[in-house]
Amino acid sequence: MASKTPSMRVLSRYLLRPQASLHPRCQHRAQSKQYSAGAAGARLNGTVEYDTIPILHHTAKSTLSNPELPADIRKGQTKRINLYTAVNEALRYALQTDERVLVFGEDIQFGGVFRCTMNLAADFGTERVFNTPLSEQGLVGFAIGAAAEGMKPVAEVQFADYVFPAFDQIHNEAAKYRYRSGSTGVHCGGLVIRMPTGSVGHGALYHTQSPEALFTHTPGLRVVIPRSPVQAKGLLLSAIRSQDPVLFMEPKILYRAAVEHVPVDAFYLPLDKAEVLKPGKDVTIVSYGTPLYTCSAAIAAAERDFGCSVELIDLRTIYPWDRETVLESVKKTGRAIVVHESMMNAGVGAEVAATIQERAFLRLEAPVKRVTGWATHTGLMYEQFIIPDVTRVYDAIKKTIDY
Amino acid sequence: MSFRYTSRILRLQRGLGVQTSRNGCRVATNAPVWQHCRAVASTANAEKVLFPGALNSEFTSTLDFLQPSQTQAISTYRVMNQYGEIIDKDIGVETTDEEALDLYKNMVKLSIMDLLMFEAQRQGRLSFYMVSAGEEGIAIGSASALSPADVIFCQYRETGVYMQRGFTLSQFMNQLFANAKDHGLGRNMPVHYGSKELNIHTISSTLATQIPHAAGAAYALKMQNMWSPETEPRIAVCYFGEGAASEGDFHAALNIAATRQVPCIFICRNNGYAISTPTSDQYRGDGIASRGAGYGIATLRVDGNDIFAVRRATKEARRLALHDGGRPVLIEMMAYRVGHHSTSDDSFAYRQRVEVEDWKRRDNPITRLRKWLEDNALWDEDKEKALRSVTRKEVLRAFEIAEKEKKPSIKNAFEGVWEELTEEQKMHVEELKDILTRYPKEYDVEQYEGGISGLDELLAQKKQT
Repeated sequence: MASKTPSMRVLSRYLLRPQASLHPRCQHRAQSKQYSAGAAGARLNGTVEYDTIPILHHTAKSTLSNPELPADIRKGQTKRINLYTAVNEALRYALQTDERVLVFGEDIQFGGVFRCTMNLAADFGTERVFNTPLSEQGLVGFAIGAAAEGMKPVAEVQFADYVFPAFDQIHNEAAKYRYRSGSTGVHCGGLVIRMPTGSVGHGALYHTQSPEALFTHTPGLRVVIPRSPVQAKGLLLSAIRSQDPVLFMEPKILYRAAVEHVPVDAFYLPLDKAEVLKPGKDVTIVSYGTPLYTCSAAIAAAERDFGCSVELIDLRTIYPWDRETVLESVKKTGRAIVVHESMMNAGVGAEVAATIQERAFLRLEAPVKRVTGWATHTGLMYEQFIIPDVTRVYDAIKKTIDY
Repeated sequence: MSFRYTSRILRLQRGLGVQTSRNGCRVATNAPVWQHCRAVASTANAEKVLFPGALNSEFTSTLDFLQPSQTQAISTYRVMNQYGEIIDKDIGVETTDEEALDLYKNMVKLSIMDLLMFEAQRQGRLSFYMVSAGEEGIAIGSASALSPADVIFCQYRETGVYMQRGFTLSQFMNQLFANAKDHGLGRNMPVHYGSKELNIHTISSTLATQIPHAAGAAYALKMQNMWSPETEPRIAVCYFGEGAASEGDFHAALNIAATRQVPCIFICRNNGYAISTPTSDQYRGDGIASRGAGYGIATLRVDGNDIFAVRRATKEARRLALHDGGRPVLIEMMAYRVGHHSTSDDSFAYRQRVEVEDWKRRDNPITRLRKWLEDNALWDEDKEKALRSVTRKEVLRAFEIAEKEKKPSIKNAFEGVWEELTEEQKMHVEELKDILTRYPKEYDVEQYEGGISGLDELLAQKKQT
């Protein structure tokens, strides 16, 4: 065995990115050392139960009742799978149905550090599914060029924390390709850049970040964050079909944690619609990705304790985002809270709050509250204090209602 | 046990398709066929050890560092000397007289256009311009050796590539004036040309970003060449300067081009300056060509003032690039940037006027080809005068027509960011329209094609379903 002593394990985990300590299969190891866990006997924190949480479809019936699914899918079969398998199924379908689809990135040939590309190289060949050298700017630039010549590359950046060498390629090249090409009509639509994002509890500074706000500042990009296996499959297929470059950010803690019934056949979910996950009357919570689970648990506690009714909205597409669904909800409830993991300053919450303020000012009963990461970095021992938890969302509901 | 060793074990286990089960023991599953396990073992007296990172390295007991500064510089390939004489008469020039005349006329046309546009910028009629002086042979010569179907990515000083491929004077002028007929729809700075018909991607000002694009595009072409063996195979060609080759994108691109074996020619124009920075402040190795070996890429250094050498090198590079499915090739074309970096630059602030004058007099691609043409009785002073006079008139005519064109429709400010206008954009268009309507004296919208109605066109657009 490679690593027998704990110190070796910890070090190799960080020195060997592909080994992926954060690989959920290795979580049993990580549990031997909990860097930042909730208190024993906590009533609010630590109450996210993936097996029963209402935002996942625990039965086939629940999945198939989704009106966004086409009729034939709603009559079809489902299978209980986790999020990485849903990503894998979407990639597999895309590779099967369109020869222009390519899947590549660092370490993806053996299945990827989060197993999203399992068996794809073996089944579709290494001409279409392949490892790239370790260079994010290189592999993203390569993907842009391939897309501009008619291919549909799905490039993987191993962690969102490592996307920054490719920032120039994404912001200055992918986003502007169609615009600067003018009437020549050349563009890099078909390009999807996938990356695992968000906190897992032991990722510290460089395996925790959610840099979506840096990309929602860039016209020309679509930024998508799925919350569940059904969403991941349907949104990823739409992203590959889209004629705009898409950043597809997959919450990495959900790769294994989120399991639900997913239609076996391929389906497409809209890239311009938010989704109301739970209707409510008194306050609207707008979120996306992992914090939706935190919000769901907090809502359960708050509704029980305060007798209020909370509406929960998943933005899904962070940019361009569905203003109408959010505004319609806030005009009804008169109160809004935005929850995301990344920092508050110039974050997605700021944009949502400003839009609500501009277009629903007279309906507001309370200021729009943001529950987000603080203006600091995610130090290893402090993640529980930095990433929004059930307590903070619960308290935000309380304060917003009492305002 | 070192981390290196640990990592190798882990990699091997992965390579074997081994998975960690929950209790930590490993269960072998079927290994996919593409995975190879390289043996690390070797016998005691073997001359080579199969380290996975350097498979053919022999052992040595001599402690001998590679000293690049002590090795001889890579040679520069030429066909014709600076007096226009062919060095190896047996091989000749592989260029017909008509072709040579055509190349010459295009180089002269480019230099005249450059001169006039530089002057126009000085008069305030253009905002910006970049000349190709000293590098006309590289752009025109290499473009002439490619197939029109090959896909080209330029940096910005490759006007000659566009000209040789058939970009017309009015197309150049429309772009320079960013008028209603500009392919770029008035969005880009001058000299950022692009053409779908000529298979040249639109230029972006960012340096070196086009190099990984070319690698990826070449990979797309490699696949498409495989899909349609009946059509002529295509390659990608990428131009960049020696300064851009310092960017990470250059390294990333050549490395991935090599690992994916893409049919791409990377053409470095080494003109001695990156704006003001001389090559001595840019790199310490033997130019850009010396880097090719590091990536495992076939490489050649060429005299960029010798258009026949440029052509032959490019032709051979294209053959190599298509050999056996595909492979990248690097060519370093040597030149001297006779002009300023751009109209925003005065190069005499960092180099001697006499240095530039020396280069102009001593050697440049146009005079060298002219000497060859004259030696072969294909050209004389009268023809030169006539060509220059006609070309000057053609350029000025195209210039005057383009200058009078309307500006593009204002809708082009918003269109083409995404495939379709977003709801957010529609709100912004409405807000802008409101401002333009209520403060009509503050804006001159009538210069733009269709005036304010350009915005109405956008708002009327229905979402495609």
